[in-house]
Amino acid sequence: MATFDLNDDSVVCIIGSGAGGGTLGNELAQKGIKVVILEAGGRYEIPDFVNDEWASFGQLAWKGMRTTSGTWRVAHDFPNLPAWIVKAVGGSTVHWAGASLRFQPHEFKARSTYGAIAGANLADWPITLAEMEPWYAKAEDKMGTTGTNGIPRLPGNNNYKVLEAGARKLGYKEVHTGNMSINSQPRDGRGACQQIGFCFQGCKSGGKWSTLYTEIPKGEATGNLEVRPNAMALHIEHNAQGKVTGVVYVDAAGKQQRQKARVVAVAGNSLESPRLLLNSQSAKYPQGLANSSGQVGRNYMRHTTGSVYAVFDRPVHMYRGTTMAGIVRDEARNDPKRGFVGGYELETLSIGLPFMAAFLDPGAWGRSFTSAIDGYANMAGLWIVGEDMPREQNRVTLDPKVKDANGMPVASVHFDDHANDEKMRNHAYRQGAAIYDAVGAVRSFPTPPYPSTHNLGTNRMSANARDGVVNKWGQTHDIKNLFVSDGSQFTSGAACNPTLTIVALSIRQADAIAGMMGRKEI
Amino acid sequence: MRKVDARAKVSRRVFLQGSAAAMPAVAAGVSIDAASAWAQDAKNLSPNTMATLARMARDIYPHDRLADVYYVKAVAGYDDKAGQDVAFRKLVETGVAQLDASAQQRHKCPYLLVAWETDRVALLQGVEQGALFKKLHGDLLVTLYNNKEVWPKFGYEGSSADKGGYISRGFNDIDWLPQV
Repeated sequence: MATFDLNDDSVVCIIGSGAGGGTLGNELAQKGIKVVILEAGGRYEIPDFVNDEWASFGQLAWKGMRTTSGTWRVAHDFPNLPAWIVKAVGGSTVHWAGASLRFQPHEFKARSTYGAIAGANLADWPITLAEMEPWYAKAEDKMGTTGTNGIPRLPGNNNYKVLEAGARKLGYKEVHTGNMSINSQPRDGRGACQQIGFCFQGCKSGGKWSTLYTEIPKGEATGNLEVRPNAMALHIEHNAQGKVTGVVYVDAAGKQQRQKARVVAVAGNSLESPRLLLNSQSAKYPQGLANSSGQVGRNYMRHTTGSVYAVFDRPVHMYRGTTMAGIVRDEARNDPKRGFVGGYELETLSIGLPFMAAFLDPGAWGRSFTSAIDGYANMAGLWIVGEDMPREQNRVTLDPKVKDANGMPVASVHFDDHANDEKMRNHAYRQGAAIYDAVGAVRSFPTPPYPSTHNLGTNRMSANARDGVVNKWGQTHDIKNLFVSDGSQFTSGAACNPTLTIVALSIRQADAIAGMMGRKEI
Repeated sequence: MRKVDARAKVSRRVFLQGSAAAMPAVAAGVSIDAASAWAQDAKNLSPNTMATLARMARDIYPHDRLADVYYVKAVAGYDDKAGQDVAFRKLVETGVAQLDASAQQRHKCPYLLVAWETDRVALLQGVEQGALFKKLHGDLLVTLYNNKEVWPKFGYEGSSADKGGYISRGFNDIDWLPQV
C-alpha cells in the first residue's frame, strides 16, 4: 500500500471515500495517477459490522453536531440529526441499500421539462442521458447491478411479495425486485446475497457493492492510492493565482496536517462538501471557494420521501432479507395531471424494532403508537423516493455559533418543503396505502421522512457559471484544479436513488481529470 | 411460514449478570410496586420515585404483551444516574413530585395508585412538555425497545448474519397472499 509525503504536490487529494470519492480514487489510481483520500471516519471492515441498529449507528453514522431550521419535520423531530449518513471509509456506500437506477431523459432537463415553477430554482443539467449512458453502463458493470449485464434479479422476500401483490391488484405494471448492486450470484470476487437483512448496517456477506471492499482495495493494490482514515479536512488552501494547493486536516492524533496537492476533489456528501468550501474562505475568496455564483450550499435537495407501513392480520416478517427488496416504477413518470411535476418510486423498506420505535411517528406515545408497534411482525413497508424541487433558500450554511471539536463551524441545514413536494408526498402516501389495502391491510401509517439519506445539490452543475458551482465535469467554474465529486453536483434530484449516478459521474470525471492533467491544463 | 417464539426464555446468564439494560438484580416476576424489593433496593431515588418511573414508562408505551419487569429494567439506570448527577436527580424528583401533586388534586392519591390507565394518561398529558416526561419518553426508545429480551415478543429476530441470514430461514415464506 502506498504512502505519500505531505509535501508531495503531485497528488490528487480527494476528501471523502464514498460512492464519489472512493470511485474517483480507484479510477485515477488505475490510470497511474497518485491519489491521497482523506476520510473523516475510521476504517471498519466487514467483520466489524454488527447486526444491531443502535450499535451500528454508534459505529458508522456521522454523529457530529449539525443544526437545522425550516418547516421540514426533521428539524422538529431530529434537530441535530438532519442526515443519516456514514462517517467511515466507504462513506454511505457502507450503509446504502443498493438501489441503482438510471435517470430518465427528462430528469436531466428539469427546467425545460417542468417550466418555471414559482419558488423553485430549477435548471437543466449541462449533460444529457445520451451522454451519460456509456458511463451508466460502466457503473452498472463495476457494481454488478442486477437486471443489467445479464445479471439475474434477486429473489423477492416477504416484504416484496406483499408490495408486488398489492401493486398488481392496483394495476401497476413495472413491479420487480429492482436494479440492485447486490450480487444475486457470485461476482467480482464477492459472494451472493444471503438475505441477511441489515443492509443499512454494513453488509456482512459483502454481496452488496461498497467502495470499502471494491474500489478502495483495488486502488490500493495499484500502489497509487493511499486512504487516510480519521483525517478531518478543515480547509482547502490556494496560492496567489487562486489555484488550490492543498488541504489542511486534523489527523487521528488530533494534530493539524497539510497535504499538498496538484488537484483537490471534494466528495464529503452534500452537507460536508459545501461546509468545507465555505469554511475555506480567504481574502481572495471571501465567500468561500468556488462561490462567485453564491450557489455553494444552496439548492439543497433530499428527495420527497416518507414511508408507508401497513399492518395485516397475519405475519409478514418484513425484516427478513434485503432491506430494499423491490420497486414500483409506474409513478416515476412526469405526469402533471396528478397535480405535481416529476415523479416518485415506491421501494420496499424495512427497519428493525428499535428503529421502528424511533421513526414510525417520532414524539408519539400511548396506545395508538404502541398498538402499531404491537403489529410489527405483521407489518409491510415501503419508502417513497420522489423528485423534490431545488430552492435557493434550502441551503447549507456555516452555523454562526456552533463549532465542532476542531473549532470548525458546523453545518446548518435549512429546508422548507415546496408545495410540489407536499402534493407528491400526499399522492404517494395514498398510493402506498392503496397497495396495502388491496391485499387486506387492517391499518396503515403515513410515516414522516427520516433524517435525510439522499443529500443532493449543494454544489450544483450548470452550463453557466452564474447558475451553479461546477461545470459538466464537476470542475468548479472558478478554480480549474478544484473538483466536486459527490451528489452535491446534482442539478436536479430525479425520482431515483442517487448512487449509480454519482458513481457514473465519478468514472467520467476520472477520465476528464486524467485528460486535463495529461494536457497540463491543471 | 416460520413464526417467532415469543415465550420468555430466562437464561442462566440473565440470572447471573442481569440484562444489558444494566439493572443488577431485576429477576423475572417483579411488579411495579414501591414496596417490592427492586424499588426498595434503589440507592439514590426513593422507592416511590422508582415505582412511579416504571409506571410512567408503562403508561407512555403500554404493551400488554410485556410484563412489568421490562419497564422496571427500562428505568433502572435512572437510580445510578441520579447518584452521579445532582441536576438529573433533581429533574427526576421534581417531575415525580409534580405528577403526584396533580394526581392528589384530581384523584386524592399519588400517581402510582390512580387505578385507570386513562386517568393516568390524562395526568401525563399535563406534564408532557416537562423535562422529566421528555427525558423518559426519549430514553425509553432505547432502554425499552433496544432490550434484546423484548424483541421476540414483537416477532423481531435481531441479529441474522451469525445464523446464516434468512436465505434458508424464511425470507420468502409468506403463505397467505392472494394469488394475482
